[in-house]
Order: sequence, then C-alpha cells, then structure tokens
Amino acid sequence: MSSGNGSLNPSTIDRIVEERLSDRLPKNIVEEIKQALKRFQLTEESLEKIINEVEREAQANMVEPGEPVGVVAAQSIGEPSTQMTLRTFHYAGVRELNVTLGLPRLIELVDAKKVPSTPLTYVYLKPEYSKDREMAVKIAQRIELTKVVNVTLRIDIDFLSNAMVLTLDADMLKDKGVDVDDVIKALQKSIKKAKITQSSENPYQIVIEFEEAIDPTQVEKIREKILQTRIKGVKGINKVIIQRRGDEYVLVCEGSNLVELLQFEEIDHRRIRTNNIKEIEAVLGIEAARAALIEEILNVLEEQGLDVDIRHVMLVADMMTRTGTVKAIGRHGVVGMKSSPLARAAFEVTVKNLVDAAVRGEVDELLGVAENVIVGSYIPVGTAKTRVVYNPYMKE
Amino acid sequence: MSEEKVIAAVKFGILSPDEIRKMSVVQVTSPETYYEDGTPKAFSVMDPRLGAIEPGQVCPVCGNTMKACPGHFGHIELALPVINVLFVKHIYDLLKATCPRCGRLKIPPEVFEKYRRYLLKLRERHPYLAKLFAENIKRQAMKASVCPYCGAKQPKIRLEKPITFYEEDPETRDKIRLNPREIRRRLEMIPNEDLELLGYDPKDARPEWMVLTVLPVPPTSIRPSILIETGIRSEDDLTHKLVDIVRTNERLREHLASGAPEIIIDDLWELLQYHVTTYLDNEVPGLPPAKHRSGRPLKTLAQRLRGKEGRFRGNLSGKRVDFSARTVISPDPYLSINEVGVPVEIAKVLTVPEKVTEWNIEELRKYVLNGPYKWPGANYIVTPDGRRIDLRYVRDRKSIAESLAPGYIVERHIKDGDIVLFNRQPSLHRMSMMGHVVKVLPGRTFRLHLAVCPPYNADFDGDEMNLHVPQTEDARAEARILLKVQNHILTPRYGGVIIGAIQDYVSGAYILTIKSTLLEKEEVVELLAAAGIVKELPEPAILSPKKYWTGKQVVSLFLPENFNYHGKSNISSGNLRCDDINCFWDSYIVVKQGKLLMGVLDKKPIGAEQQDSLLYWLCKEYGVETCATFMDRVFRLFIRTLEIKGFTLRLDDVEVDEETRKQIIDILNKAFEKVKDLVDRYVRRELEVVPGRSLEESLEIKILEVLAEARDRAGELVVSKLSPINFAFAMARTGARGNVLNLTQMMATLGQMTVRGERIWRGYMGRYLPHFKRNDLGAIARGFVVNSFCSGLSVTEMFMHAAGGREGLVDTAVRTSQSGYMQRRLINALLDLYVEYDYTVRDSTGSIIQFAYGEDKADPSKAPHGKLLNVERVIERVLGGAM
Repeated sequence: MSSGNGSLNPSTIDRIVEERLSDRLPKNIVEEIKQALKRFQLTEESLEKIINEVEREAQANMVEPGEPVGVVAAQSIGEPSTQMTLRTFHYAGVRELNVTLGLPRLIELVDAKKVPSTPLTYVYLKPEYSKDREMAVKIAQRIELTKVVNVTLRIDIDFLSNAMVLTLDADMLKDKGVDVDDVIKALQKSIKKAKITQSSENPYQIVIEFEEAIDPTQVEKIREKILQTRIKGVKGINKVIIQRRGDEYVLVCEGSNLVELLQFEEIDHRRIRTNNIKEIEAVLGIEAARAALIEEILNVLEEQGLDVDIRHVMLVADMMTRTGTVKAIGRHGVVGMKSSPLARAAFEVTVKNLVDAAVRGEVDELLGVAENVIVGSYIPVGTAKTRVVYNPYMKE
Repeated sequence: MSEEKVIAAVKFGILSPDEIRKMSVVQVTSPETYYEDGTPKAFSVMDPRLGAIEPGQVCPVCGNTMKACPGHFGHIELALPVINVLFVKHIYDLLKATCPRCGRLKIPPEVFEKYRRYLLKLRERHPYLAKLFAENIKRQAMKASVCPYCGAKQPKIRLEKPITFYEEDPETRDKIRLNPREIRRRLEMIPNEDLELLGYDPKDARPEWMVLTVLPVPPTSIRPSILIETGIRSEDDLTHKLVDIVRTNERLREHLASGAPEIIIDDLWELLQYHVTTYLDNEVPGLPPAKHRSGRPLKTLAQRLRGKEGRFRGNLSGKRVDFSARTVISPDPYLSINEVGVPVEIAKVLTVPEKVTEWNIEELRKYVLNGPYKWPGANYIVTPDGRRIDLRYVRDRKSIAESLAPGYIVERHIKDGDIVLFNRQPSLHRMSMMGHVVKVLPGRTFRLHLAVCPPYNADFDGDEMNLHVPQTEDARAEARILLKVQNHILTPRYGGVIIGAIQDYVSGAYILTIKSTLLEKEEVVELLAAAGIVKELPEPAILSPKKYWTGKQVVSLFLPENFNYHGKSNISSGNLRCDDINCFWDSYIVVKQGKLLMGVLDKKPIGAEQQDSLLYWLCKEYGVETCATFMDRVFRLFIRTLEIKGFTLRLDDVEVDEETRKQIIDILNKAFEKVKDLVDRYVRRELEVVPGRSLEESLEIKILEVLAEARDRAGELVVSKLSPINFAFAMARTGARGNVLNLTQMMATLGQMTVRGERIWRGYMGRYLPHFKRNDLGAIARGFVVNSFCSGLSVTEMFMHAAGGREGLVDTAVRTSQSGYMQRRLINALLDLYVEYDYTVRDSTGSIIQFAYGEDKADPSKAPHGKLLNVERVIERVLGGAM
C-alpha cells in the first residue's frame, strides 16, 4: 500500500480519513480535509496525528450541553440591530425599486407579516430563454400586470352620446406591449351592457357607449372600474425590470405571485425567488419557508455590514417554523404558545393571561426559565440544568 | 433555619365563596376605618386582625409581630351579587354557548362523547391544540339556535360594554336586561362535563364564581397607609376603593332590609357594581376610571400587575438586589483587563460573607477589629446560632474579635482579589455583565481597562456602571469559571475577538512595529519595564554603529514560542495593498515560531471586533489566560511607545495648502456646472428619466450622484497629498479612529447634507432658508456644504449641517426603542432553549427544536469563522515547521 519512502498514497489517505471521521464530522469538513491532505506526503504516523488533532479540535469546538443557545441567539441578533440604520428605503442593486431594508425589514421578518411592505420577486428564466434580451422583454411584458389606467392618457364622459371616451397613450402601449384591440377586448369582458369601439377619428381613442343612461352619481364608480380593468399580466406583479446578471437576463418584479408565475413555461421554477415568506410557506412548504427566512434575515444583516453567525439565525427560523406554519416572534406566535401561564403573563397582556389560566384551571409546572425567575428558583439552563452530587463512598 | 421548601407547581383557579369565607378572619361591615383617637376600627377594612402593620404590634390572629405576620384576608358579604369584570368575556361566551333553560352546552348529544374523547387525547399530547379545539367547540355551541337537549329556542344575548348583559327574546324581540343574580343562576345550571368540553376546569373554576357574592379583603400589609409629615394618614388606593365598596354595600343592605323601591335598589346595585369593577381594574374601556380627590386615577388591582413597572415585569421577572453599587466609570490602563477599580468608600459597604475557619481566623479577627469604618474591615458577624451582630453598634470590637470561632460568619469588606459582576446598561448581550477581580483604589469612580470598553459599549463621557457582589460559594465559583472577562474575549455572535486593541492601542502598535522604529537598549528596557516582564533581550537587529532593536523584536518577546500566523493588516488597501509574503509595504503580517517577522500590527491583527486575527488565534490556541496576559502587557507597551514617540492630532494635520484648495474648488465648481446643466435640462423637460421614477426624482438622483462624486474626488485629492506621518491619516489607515470620509470632511469639503436621503428643501416656501431665491435647485441652496471643518462653515451651511445632524439624533432615539422591543420579544421566545447532552436543542417541555445544534454542533464562539474547525491550521499545527 505505501510507496517507497513510507508515505501513504492519496487513495489510502482518503479511505482512512473517511473511515475515521465521516460519522463524526459534517461531510464538507471531511471533504476539505481530504483535499487539504492531498498536498502532503504523509506517513501513517503523521496522518494518525492529524486525525487525532482534528478529532480533538472538533470536540473542543462543540457546544457544551446546557448552553442556553436560545438566549445567545436572541442576543446575537438583537444586539447588532441597535446599530442598524432606520432608513427604510435603500437601493439594493435595483435603483428603480424601493426595497425595505435594515431594522424595519428585520422586524417585519420576525413578525411573520402576511405580505412584506415591499414584496419582490426575482424571476430567472430557463437557459434557453435567459440569454436573449428580446425574449426576456417579451416575458416581462407578459407577466407585468397592465391595467387600462397604465395606458390611458385621459378619460372623458360624453353625456350627449351617453358614452365614455378613453384616450390611450401610444408610447405606453408600445412599452407595455399591448395594442388597442387588447384593451378593447379586456374592456368588453369587464364592462357589460355597453358597445365598445375604436373611435373613427383617432385610432387611439376608445368609445364606450352604454346602453343605459349613465347615472351621474355612478360616474366615479364606472370610471374606476374601467381604469382598473386588467388587460394582461399576472395579478400582483406591478412592475417588472429586466436586469443583466452575468450572461443572463433576470426579471425583477415588484410584487409577488408564485402560484401563477410558476405556470409559465419559460420561467425557471428552481431559481425563482420572492421575499414573501408567507407565500413561500403556502406554495412551497414549510422547509422552503425556513430556508427563505434564514436567507432573508442574513441578507438584512449582511447588507448593514453586521456579522452574525448563521446558527443563531437558524435557531430563530426553526423556532418560528417548528409547528409547521410560520409563527411570529411575539404574543400571537411563539411566546403565546408557551404552556406556562406565568411566562405568558410576564411577557405581555398580563391580566388576560392570568384570568384565562384561572378559568381553565391551568397548572404551571415551572419548567421554563421565566417561571423559575418569577418563583425565585434556579433556571433550568446552563449550570443549573445539571445536578452533580458527590458521593464520597463511591470507589474508583 | 426553617426547612427549605421548593415550589413544585402553581395551580390557577377562581376562589369560591366558600373558600373566601373559610380563609377570612373578619367580615368587614364598617365603612369607617379609624376611631377618633386614630386606632383602627374593628370590622373595618383596617381591622387589626387583617395583619400586624405597626412595628411592635402583635397580630391577634397568628401572634407574630410585623416582621413575621404574613397578613390575613377578610371578606365582605355582598348584599347582591356583582359581576367580576375580569371574567366578563368568559361569562359572555358561556351564556351564549349554553341553553338558558336547561343549562346544557348546545352541542348535539351524538357528537358530545366524540368531542370529549378527542379533547382528552389532545390535552395529553398537544395542550395548545386542545385549547384551540375547545375554542372551536365553544364557537359551534354559540351558533345553535335551538337547544339540542330541551328544544328551547335560544334568545340572542348581547353584551353592552363593559358589564351589562341583555337578552333578546326570540319571538317578541324585546330587550331584557339580565341582572347578575340571573346570570349567576344560569351559570350554576351548567353541568361539569359540559364545562370540561369547553376547556374550563369545573373543580377550581365553577363559572358561577365569576359572579361575586363574597369579596375577599386583602391584608393591610399589601395596602399600607403612609404618614405624611403633618401626621395625616394617607391611605392606599386599594383601601379607598374597599371603603367605597363597604359603604355602598351597607347602604344597599339597609335599603333591601327596609324594602326600598326597586329604582333605589337598582341604582345602588349599579353603584356597587361600579365600585367592585374599578376595584378590580380601573382601566376598563367604556367605564370612567375611579379618581382620587386630586383627580389622579386610582391604581387598583389590575394596574398593580400590568405593564413594565407592574408586579410581573417590575418585581417578579426583575428584582432589586442588595450588595450592589453604581458610580461613574473612568479608564485605568494599568489595571489588568479582568480587574475593576473599586473606590474605598464602596468597598466599605459591599461585603462578602466568609465562614470562619481555623485557617482564616486571624485574618478575619483583624477585619473585625478594623470595624465597619476602616477598610479592610467587616460590617456584620453572624454567630452559629443565627444571630446577626452589627459591628456599627459594637462598643468593644476587641472582645468580639476574640470571641470569633470556627462556625461564625464574618461579613467582611470586599478586598483585592474578590470576584464581582460588572455591568453596563443596556445589557444587550452576555458580555454586558462580566466577572471582574476587585482592586480597591482611592478615588470615587469605578476604574476599568480600556480594552473592555467594546463589550460594554462604554466610554467615559459620564457613563455609570453597576457592580454586584456574589454572596454564595456557588455563585462565586460560577463567576470565576464562566463569567471572567477572559472567557468573553471571543463573542458568540460571530466568533471573533470582541476585546482587543482600540484607538491609541492601535496607533501605538503601528508606531512600534513600523520599520522605521529602531530602539536603543535603554528604550527597549523602558518598554519592557512598562509591560512588566523580565526577559533576556534578543540579538539586536542592528549591531553597528550602535545596537538597535526593532519594534517587531520587542513585540515578539510577548508571543508564545511556537505561534504561527500570517494575514493582512489594516493598512493593506489601496496603494499599500499586499496579498502575500512578497510585500514591500510591510502590510502583510508573518509570525513564525513566535517571531513577528514582517508586517505592522494595527486594527486587523490585534484590534477589537475582528475575525480571524492574530489575537483570535492566540486566544484560540493558547487559551484565554495567555491571551489576557498578552493583552495586559502588550497594550501597556503600546501606550508607552506613544508616550516616548509622541502622538497627537494637530490643526496642520488637517490643513490644506493654497494650491490644493484651488484644485478642490475647481472640482466643486465643475460639479456645480453639471448640476446647473441638469437643472436647466430639467426646466426644459429634456432630462432623461430614470425608469420607474418621475422627472423630479430623476433630477434629484442625478444631482446627488454628481455631488457625491465631487466630494469623493475632493477627498481623494487631499488624501493623496497627505504625508504618511500625518497623524490623522495614520489613525484612519491603521483603523485606530476615523476614516477617509472624516478626513475629507475635515480637510476638503463636508459635501451634500441630506434629510431622509433627500437634499434639504423643507423650510420656507420653495427654499430652505430665506437667504436663497425661491425654487433655486442649485447645489448650495439645497444643502451642499462647500467648506470643510477646518476652513469653517458659513452661516447657511451651519444650518444645513445642523438639519442633517438632527436627523441622525432622531433616528437613534427612535431606533433604540424599536430594536429594544424586538430583542425583548426574541429573548422571550427563545429563552427556554438549551442544548441537551445528545446535542439536540430542546425547549423547557423537552420538545426538540433542532436535532443537532446549528446542524454541526459547533459553538459559534469557539468555531473559527462559522466553521466547525479550520482544517488548514490544524494540519499546520501537527506538521509544524515541516510545511
């Protein structure tokens, strides 16, 4: 097995490393060790030494049982958040879109808000479409929500002929990739009891002749209905911006609607991503929501130049997602689910919690930290978690 | 000492009338509280049987004096029942969910058993879900319009906030008011099994007990009266309220006995209800709060519990403590990083209980002899039979010192070497409270080493800090093993050093280790003396014409002999950038076998809040004790270097010459031209629009870009002309203090002032200040400050700068409250989590949150850079010099 000068050949090293370490250390570390050892000529003896040292080091770097990792995680995220800027709006690569960042975004994430204040979707295209700008523009036009209001210059009411006249904006029509016919078709679907035609004088005018007389009190309502009519696009995707990333084009969308976007043939469903955690939970499941939560929190911190270990963020995300739905950090979520009435009372809405506990005849078993602080005994984490008793009679 | 009892669990429930009567020692009937002579009246709310409250008074019930008497409850028999406001929601739900005729829960009998079994099963494994399920059953029951048991048509029940119930007859649609007596009758009818299905506990919380017939009167000790100087007694708010209740109750009773008309009875009943309601909670929405004579709302029962200063958050989750001190802090570089300087005056008050043994008896005698007013002395002696002797009142300390014997406890003053906890608010992370070793010093401030400022986030502009003395042996052991400053050099937040060189330490390190620093023997010796070590000097780097040592040689004396490190220093950027050993600028650090071979020390390798630094690996591989002594010594060395070489920041460090000034003005003028051009194009509506923005927004974005670039260019210009020995520049480069932007603002121009990310425009109509023309969109009018801090700001510039500065202040003020609340929520949500012996993360009920902490079980404070271990270094360590 060994070559001339007593050093082991690389495959033997790999095998030994694999045997000794693979069930104790994470895979990537084992892989890294294997790679690193390729550079050396190792004897059996020195390999043994390295493996022992690796084991010792790994053991030394592990958490100690009893460590209150929850508090450490909370502090590690809470402490740097005092250093964050409050400024809500900031460009993140895309100057055209506002993105909530910093403390407000972090609070939004731990609150498990239904919809983020600035929902955003990054739509990647499948390789066969992603290199072509024309293609990207086309898809962008298809998914961007276009309403009549987006392409209309003005809307007039002609009481004489009992009609409303829309004047369309030629530039916007072109920009959005629709023509007058599309608008007419869309309007025909939404407005009943009316004749909708293109004006003979101006090709960019649409005349809506109503069968019944227009009720002057209802004008606002009708107008609103006309303007809000959807011509094309995906509901919720209000603005699409095409960005070049490396050699491909990416569509950055304001708003999010995973369910509908995923139905597009051209969209790469593996890489599409949104910052709407609740939507990810509903569409892709709780594990995806957890991953997205971790990524979003890390992004916020990183963008502010704050370094926080991923383990802390993972713990927060795990706590928020452990029931199978995304729960907020607060009295309506994680804290509210605690079994101890004393812990809940000490957090928020004291009286209500006590009254409810009384009515249900709840029993506080004093298992948690907050309860034990209240009754003045040892908290069940860290050094107080273990009870060491010295037995002077025990033999070696 | 009495037997120690441990609270095993706390059960919640509602007191039944019987229980209230049983635990009562007196029925309160008298609304008058005192006789003319000031003695408390029997059968009043101040009845002496409710507990001894005067010193020396003996309790007629338990026979204890004030100190030991816990106080006793009395009771009031209410003439007519009243609703307990706190339970209104539950009463309402129960009335709606049950049949008024037969009292059964309106759940069809065929599903009843199924629900019950399901609920019991849920309760066992998922108590939280059981709660939700019961809630659902309740909602289903409330919907039924016909009773599934007796077939009675269900009336609609309405609650008029806060406490009045109405019933709407299903046929006649008449609104009938339900009085508490009727409500109580209905609640009484609900069978126990039905209540259980709703998640109620009929054993300890029968619903009829939510309507009060007997009111407990709390002991006087929880509502003490206070004597004001004039000798007038001022009663507690609760007492006031109780008196109101008794008075109304007695009147009502008389009227009932005399058969008064119903209107009078109803009025009084309502009044009684009001008093009882406000007694329980004085902030019920829809009810005017009961007021004190002065107009201040009374603080009644619920108010005592609620909120930040309430019983729960103020007294139970956080408690006031003895053996603590607080004063202003000031720096002392001659302390060790784990020491704290304690003023003698404080040391004489804070004590440690020390048990007398035959080995320390002589020493403790000396302390006792010194007494409470001379440090080091003692304040108390506890004899083996538990008697406490206050040494302040002992005449003859000599004899008492003589009487000391093993088994006694002496509460002696803290002295050098004791361990204490040191803390600065806001305590945002665990490094905000660390264990320090006491060093008693003259003066009136706490002294601390400068390197521990970052973890506490302390400075010396008047900051105060707290100090606590652990009183038990366990606490002291824990403090010494876990809490000492050394153990917190590495932060769990990102696994880097949080304690390290700051400010002058960094400058000093730089000055000492640059190539041009050559030290004569005398200087080297002086430095080593300052650091406090005695060591053989190495061979001097230069032998002739004179023996000279380099600063790197001096630093090397403090490094462990087999320590290896290489990495970049902070100055390695821009022109001085180096990525490997081939480094001309001395900005790449190489330590081999404990010798600093090349590279200057600055913020990157030894600074605080750095990752993967020299200091980090020193702490990691040689232990925190070595690391702490290294810092203690080397930091003193750096300071002394500065003292020898001299280091300051003077005005001509930030002054620019005439030519550069011209160039700056030139750059700015060109930028102003561009701005003008942009504005012109905007006025002519020819400006290209940024996609998705309006014309105005596009203009602003472009102007900001142009001006920011101009400032940067001006900054680059002045920085490029700086001499390398310029002190301000040296500090910025090494990371000691300040950055290039600060230099730019001092030397070249302050640049654009912004408020909310926009140029300053709010103020007068169309202009910020009246010095400008209306609708002037130019750079100066909208807050571009041309001057530098060195040249001085013009009047208008000063106001612009102040506007920008004010925003910063407001921002900080708002942010602290927001992030504070978020952190409180995070901590409350996660505080029960801990790592079990199998490395799973569990909560207090034992449910698993993570199967392996952080997926690889690594401790973030020990794992280098977020990885379980650094493979390269481990291999390097084993193979050593063979690499």
